[in-house]
Amino acid sequence: MAEAATVARTVAPAAGDGLDERGVEFLRLTGVHAFYGESHILHGVDLTVHRGEVVTLLGRNGAGRTTTLKAILGLVGRRTGSIMINGRESVAMAPYEIARLGIGYCPEERGIFASLSCEENLLLPPVVGSGGMPLDEIYAMFPNLRERRASQGTRLSGGEQQMLAVARILRTGAKLLLLDEISEGLAPVIVAKLAATIRTLKAKGYTIVMVEQNFRFAAPLADRFYVMEHGRIVEGFAAGELGAKMGMLHDYLGV
Amino acid sequence: MDTIFGVPTQALFGQLLIGLINGSFYALLSLGLAVIFGLLNIINFTHGAQYMLGAFTAYLLLTKAGLGYWWALLIAPVAVGITGILIERLLLSHLYKLDHLYGLLLTFGLALIIQGVFRNEFGSSGQPYPIPPQLTGGQNLGFMFLPNYRAWVIVASLVVCLATWFMIERTKLGGYLRAATENPALVQAFGVNVPRMITLTYGFGVGLAALAGVMAAPIYQVSPQMGADLIIVVFAVVVIGGMGSILGAIVTGFGLGLIEGLTKVFYPEASNTVIFIIMAIVLLLRPAGLFGREK
Repeated sequence: MAEAATVARTVAPAAGDGLDERGVEFLRLTGVHAFYGESHILHGVDLTVHRGEVVTLLGRNGAGRTTTLKAILGLVGRRTGSIMINGRESVAMAPYEIARLGIGYCPEERGIFASLSCEENLLLPPVVGSGGMPLDEIYAMFPNLRERRASQGTRLSGGEQQMLAVARILRTGAKLLLLDEISEGLAPVIVAKLAATIRTLKAKGYTIVMVEQNFRFAAPLADRFYVMEHGRIVEGFAAGELGAKMGMLHDYLGV
Repeated sequence: MDTIFGVPTQALFGQLLIGLINGSFYALLSLGLAVIFGLLNIINFTHGAQYMLGAFTAYLLLTKAGLGYWWALLIAPVAVGITGILIERLLLSHLYKLDHLYGLLLTFGLALIIQGVFRNEFGSSGQPYPIPPQLTGGQNLGFMFLPNYRAWVIVASLVVCLATWFMIERTKLGGYLRAATENPALVQAFGVNVPRMITLTYGFGVGLAALAGVMAAPIYQVSPQMGADLIIVVFAVVVIGGMGSILGAIVTGFGLGLIEGLTKVFYPEASNTVIFIIMAIVLLLRPAGLFGREK
């Protein structure tokens, strides 16, 4: 592990803002089980994400991808196993403590608050780390949000709400972003905008775990893929192996 | 003598004043209930008992410790608020995962216990509480006589209501509260300590009830039953305003106090039921209340 860190530093020299220690392990799930009441959803998930990586969880609906994100955040009924975030064991922590380890979460249903204006939504999540994106930079990235800043959050269009849901976790200094189905149900032009955003974030050194149904959206963005089925990881491979794995993906996903 | 619609103006303004006074208490109490219901999803049936506790704290501070009204105004909300925080931590916090009904039963049971203990200790007759010397007397406004203490209650209640509204609707802290009311899990996932916020919110709502209790002591006397009598009307106010609506609680509180006062002038027979008649009509036409959002 220490060795890996040294290697990583030589590959990408650290600028000292914490975003550049690429290659260091950031997130490691070992034997994670998750439950909602009596339902046993995750059956021993193992996965690892390194700093600066974009990792995509693929799988059919109900395979446990959203639950994996929620388990990382402590938003499931009960979870067991080990979830190391930035070198800290978080499985016994409360959700708000986990978030403060530097995680930003964009839920599948977007979670825009109706009783808050667009800008209030944007400013809501508290700062969880240093080096968050300044508001001006966020507005430069998403000019629509500046125009709609005074509108009620849920009056925004679907695309604007999705941008808002992504934008508001960039301000907080979170270095690990968990993005659940951000391309779902959006017009192609918005999806392209989001893809460009992910590339920008990756270039800035963010670590991103995405759950995606839209394979064509995820394929060019991700460094690595995990495939889930029945609450387990059944395959993990790098972007370079994608061509060779298409047959297997057809079987699992029907893409 | 001057009359309006055949009613002497003296009587009319007198009843309007009583209406405003009652409305001040409706507003303060329903505001606390609305804040608590919004975040905790619990209908706090202990609210009336906590209002009574505020009044009794003032009474005991005066008779046992010699501390007067202004001290009581500071100490009682904090002291009763702290008992609220204990109730939330020790009891209510175990019920959030269960049906709403359990919270209602628990708080209702607590109210009966608290009121029973005080009735046992102090009897059911009211204890007088003096108006603070700075606020005795009154102003002759020409068309009516306005006692200073009643003017103070109306102004103080308005100020507290507006300050609470401002805090919830216009500040960052209030933003957390509104967001957590909608989606507590997500607000936690952003790094906000929602359980602590819930505890403090309950303490704050209870503190508001106690504050109302202190302000009520010189007007209605201090008795174990004072909250139980009032709380039924306050629940009607909350339903009319819309469960969980802050502005609804304030506007409906004052508005219904005035309507009640006017009813006493023009059709006294209905004065005790008019609020419930309005509640029935509102529920028929707008089930979420005048200011409530349909869920």
